[in-house]
Amino acid sequence: MRHLLDTHTLDREGALRILDVAEDMSDTQSRENRKLPTLRGKTVVNLFFEDSTRTRISFEAAAKRLSADVINFAAKGSSVSKGESLKDTAQTLQAMGADAVVIRHHASGAPRTLATSGWISAGVVNAGDGTHEHPTQALLDAFTIRKRRFGADSRGRDLSGTRVVIVGDVLHSRVARSNVWLLTTLGAEVTLVSPPTLVPQNVSQWPVRVLYDLDEALADGPDAVMMLRIQLERMNAAYFPSEREYSRRWGLDAMRAATLPGDSIVMHPGPMNRGLEISAEAADSPRSTVLEQVANGVSVRMAVLYLLLAGERDDERGEGS
Amino acid sequence: MDTLVITGAQLLGDRAADIVVEHGVIAEIGTGLSRTGARVIDADGLVALPGLVDLHTHLREPGYEASETILTGTRAAAAGGFTAVFAMPNTSPVADSAGVVEQELALGEAAGYATVQPIGAVTVGQKGERLAELGAMASSRAKVRVFSDDGFCVFDPLIMRRALEYVKSFGGVIAQHAQDPRLTEGAQMNEGVVSAELGLAGWPAVAEESIIARDVLLAEHVGSRLHVCHLSTAGSVDIIRWAKKRGIDVTAEVTPHHLLLTDELVRGYDAKYKVNPPLRREEDVLAVREGLADGTIDIVATDHAPHPSENKACEWQAAANGMVGLESALRVVHQSMVQTGLIGWSDVARVMSATPARIGLLDGHGTPLEVGQPAHIALYDASHEGTFTAADLHGRSHNSPYLGRDLPGRVEWTIHGGVVTVAAGAVVEELTA
Repeated sequence: MRHLLDTHTLDREGALRILDVAEDMSDTQSRENRKLPTLRGKTVVNLFFEDSTRTRISFEAAAKRLSADVINFAAKGSSVSKGESLKDTAQTLQAMGADAVVIRHHASGAPRTLATSGWISAGVVNAGDGTHEHPTQALLDAFTIRKRRFGADSRGRDLSGTRVVIVGDVLHSRVARSNVWLLTTLGAEVTLVSPPTLVPQNVSQWPVRVLYDLDEALADGPDAVMMLRIQLERMNAAYFPSEREYSRRWGLDAMRAATLPGDSIVMHPGPMNRGLEISAEAADSPRSTVLEQVANGVSVRMAVLYLLLAGERDDERGEGS
Repeated sequence: MDTLVITGAQLLGDRAADIVVEHGVIAEIGTGLSRTGARVIDADGLVALPGLVDLHTHLREPGYEASETILTGTRAAAAGGFTAVFAMPNTSPVADSAGVVEQELALGEAAGYATVQPIGAVTVGQKGERLAELGAMASSRAKVRVFSDDGFCVFDPLIMRRALEYVKSFGGVIAQHAQDPRLTEGAQMNEGVVSAELGLAGWPAVAEESIIARDVLLAEHVGSRLHVCHLSTAGSVDIIRWAKKRGIDVTAEVTPHHLLLTDELVRGYDAKYKVNPPLRREEDVLAVREGLADGTIDIVATDHAPHPSENKACEWQAAANGMVGLESALRVVHQSMVQTGLIGWSDVARVMSATPARIGLLDGHGTPLEVGQPAHIALYDASHEGTFTAADLHGRSHNSPYLGRDLPGRVEWTIHGGVVTVAAGAVVEELTA
């Protein structure tokens, strides 16, 4: 794997490869010594133009458990905040010898620009770009769904027939986009539930069903319900009238959660707005996978870094690494 | 000034004839013509067009000389077969006063590669709040007749109404950049299938169409003339068609890039495709071609918008809007309109020369290839096949979306008022005025 920029261009085989390697990584995480020597001598740069402690420490833990050297480059307080361009930053990292760059950026497409510009030869991992994609989040979500469904028998399996409902601000959600592509590539049936103002124009080409009514979607008894974080500033841009109304119509409260089949899971990428898109009862119930998602995130990111840096890279084939 | 004998040119792609140019004027058209001591231009097989006129150019001077100057921009114009360009007022300072427009005029005269006709801002500083001194610009040596806040929409309907009314006193026209600013806050590309997937904030067609609809109704109400800049959607074509049928005095332009390129190109997040209004859908491209062919859209204008490379070599959201277009315009129109059989060369002369000059009330330009008319001539090799490369660019900036793309044709000669500005495909370094 040369880069991981999105899930839209990830095929079933490539996705399963990452998920299966993540299973191997997950197994190592129950050992007494969780550290693997695999990426010793490799340098992974976490290039974060946007604050995200959760994602950053997840990547950091993943890289460190593979024995890579980790450099955290936060754009705030660095030369980037003084107006240094993405190009100059990239070339600086290149000069320092970065092997992989994990980039979080507020602009959609910035990871692709970084990967295709010729400024840097490192592998690029998209850790969330604007309102575009967040591929490792979708991979860890798929991993979590698969694990809950198949347990130790997960390897090699896709999500055929699994019904997933994704609820919330799809328009601005990179998590939703990445999940739509990945889950459907893996055979899942995806339903999006959102206020009409928060569905992109136009999603006619998306392989999903779109509903505006959460209760209608839940009545089908889905296998997984994924709640998206709602940004409170959306309220001021007239996407919905009030927090209370949003919560009432699109929030997963205790009553709604109780209508789900016994083995349905409730997911959230975090951080949660408890009492807004998800109630405490739903978030803390046994069906909630919130903390599993966090744990699985490290395994999935280990898998991605491993495939990027330890495996045969497309451009290095024949060099016998 | 040399006497020129152009031999064997196909007038508007039609009959072959010789053209004699004396003292900057077409002196004779016929066959077997010669003049003692004249410079002979072998135009055998070349299409002779009247010098092209661009109603929508950004020359960036004064203020943004790192992107373009009046000299470099008019050299680019000449390379594209243009002999007159209208310069948009979003300079620094904004061309909202007689002083700035006269400065631009003088710089254009000094450069000599093309006639530079300044466009004045509608409102002070293009802020959309108070009318600029339109009368002073009209009465200045620059004789401004076209006013635009291009880059910004004159959004306040009352200011727009007043502007439309006010310029009637000197026969002026308001050229509107139709973009509802509220519907396009943070907009990055056309809103549709591609923007939904790429997660880029959408620029919906309705933000253009609603302003055009409002403006044609305002123009009708006050009995004024309106020009719509760079319309880009199928719906806009329908509105203009309706307005013209109703007798409203409106003209409209389309850019070469909206005749050829679609928003599918944005998928790689390459900022060379970032432009405002944005590249639209295939259906829109076909609709604006049809509108240009049937006369609903009056002209092609380049919206030549130079930017330094650092404003494009960055993430999409941080990149500037705009494409250079003077050097490629005729070739793109050739490919999208002529090779598709939608229009012929006489139509090209109409939409790229005669009508833009008429809309802008620019005397002595857009004139036919006839005896007694000013010698503004472009000689175009329509049989040339080639790829558009950086060597085709002659301005200061290289932000062309066509680099590496096959485009037919090549401008071989450009003659501006009898002065050869492009000779055998090369921009002339020392003009012989």
